Amino acid sequence: MQEVGKLEQHAKNIRKLVILALAHAGSGHTAGSLGLADLLAAIYGDILAKNDKFMLSNGHVAPVQYAALAEFGFIPAKEIQTLREFGSRLQGHPERTKMPEFLATTSGPLGEGLGQAAGMALAAQRDEEQYKRHIYVVAGDGELQEGNLWESAMFASNYNLGNLILYIDRNEIQISGNTENVMKIEPLNEKFESFGWHVQEIDGNNIEAILDTTQMAKNVTDRPSVIICHTIPGKGVEEIEGDYLWHGKAPTAVQAHKWIKELE
Amino acid sequence: MKIEMREIRHGFGDGLLAAARENADIYALSADLAGSLGFDKIKEELPKQYVECGIAEQNMACVASGLAAMGKKPFIGSFSAFNPGRNWEQIRTTIALNDQNVKIVGSHAGFSDSTDGATHQALEDIATTRVIPNLEVYSPADYNEAFALAKYLATTKKPAYIRIMRGEFPKLFPDNYKFAPQKLVYLQKPIGKNRPLVLSTGAITHNVREALEGLNATHIHIPTIKPLNAHDLYEYARDASMIITVEEHQIAGGFGSAIVETFAPHLQIPVHILGVKDQFGESGAYDELLKKHRLDAGSLRDDIARLARTR
Repeated sequence: MQEVGKLEQHAKNIRKLVILALAHAGSGHTAGSLGLADLLAAIYGDILAKNDKFMLSNGHVAPVQYAALAEFGFIPAKEIQTLREFGSRLQGHPERTKMPEFLATTSGPLGEGLGQAAGMALAAQRDEEQYKRHIYVVAGDGELQEGNLWESAMFASNYNLGNLILYIDRNEIQISGNTENVMKIEPLNEKFESFGWHVQEIDGNNIEAILDTTQMAKNVTDRPSVIICHTIPGKGVEEIEGDYLWHGKAPTAVQAHKWIKELE
Repeated sequence: MKIEMREIRHGFGDGLLAAARENADIYALSADLAGSLGFDKIKEELPKQYVECGIAEQNMACVASGLAAMGKKPFIGSFSAFNPGRNWEQIRTTIALNDQNVKIVGSHAGFSDSTDGATHQALEDIATTRVIPNLEVYSPADYNEAFALAKYLATTKKPAYIRIMRGEFPKLFPDNYKFAPQKLVYLQKPIGKNRPLVLSTGAITHNVREALEGLNATHIHIPTIKPLNAHDLYEYARDASMIITVEEHQIAGGFGSAIVETFAPHLQIPVHILGVKDQFGESGAYDELLKKHRLDAGSLRDDIARLARTR
């Protein structure tokens, strides 16, 4: 297991790349992308094994996935500055055909990633020796308002997809404010339990917790697993942490410069 | 002479079964409608290649996308009203834009689910699917064509929508017919030039055939609505007095519209679209509904003959 310290450093670098990308693009989703830097560092730096699949269902946080790809050398670091540009591989929301080597799917419209992950998990289950590979998917918490996702949750436990692991980015924000003020989604853990899932809940910005619970999830082979990750939106940039207004806004060049410096 | 009558949806299901027996990567999925779709034989004989999705069409599309990402060739089935109705956006995003090889089988299209009523009668599905980029659209006319189409699509790599019907229709294609993509099916030849070119798609082709008996017109059945074989069609269109299209679908945005889009820049002849005039269906017997919307053979004959006389 990679040293947690090393992964934390990767997470910091991912945050810098996210800020850089968004400032260049002039638009995009800052809060969620920053909040997920720790999870993506753990995923790309440790969790993902050779034949595994990883995807974002909350495709709007694409910047953090692109940043992780850059940080771990899959794409050139400089390319991060082409986010959302005409002709770029780094589309506003991940598009598989633009980067098929590194993207498992196309996402953005919410609620669709879990079903796709379930399809992949099912194929693996029917094809191979059970659970040789794992399918990892991240979903947003606001995203849990989409019924499609719950159809997929029902499907996943119905088919005992023990090789499927879902991370919820429980940052409590969405466009219009706190999730519990927009359309209540709690109690989440009970909802997933009642859908037949194995449930864990952690501080989503704690890499050690991410690694430990992922291993526990992998050990559960008869049901799909969800890890509810309580993250701080905008984590790493103190002045915006917890502020829902930064869900869909990008920093200016001046802000970006300041934030990157503070991260150093 | 007794004409053999068979179900188009069973043709597709049987063709898919034949293909699935030879290729373990072919999967059939349905939203609690295996029996209605003719997928039940696959469910029984090849359970590893069948996935029951329950009444959840949106998830079904996503699951199929995921299966395709892993090299499977999924065919998802439900009534056209729900598939691609309910899951249109999932099809657009996770299948078409995402470029995954999923075939969408929409059954009970048109008025064919006649007693269930308007809610179940898809009259918009050609329009809603042909406007999605990277999605082919097919509409077979009989059991044998549907069987052949299923076998053909089991070999292709692009996403496609297939519109099939509930109910028995006359045998038109020979047994062991092999589907030729984009091939125009030439059913009636005109005498001389400057005659109407009548184009139809899917099961309504049978009523059109009957309507045109004794009328001097060209009749072509077009099972591949998208990509449309404009090139070959042009050869027939250029000598025609007019084009008349017939579909069991709204006039708006469907098969006829595709023909207009294709030929409007190049031809000076009128294109008349026969179809449903911006109305929903209702409960009734299939022929009662067709008659109400002037898609029965008798009404088609009258309308086509009248249009033919205008030029």
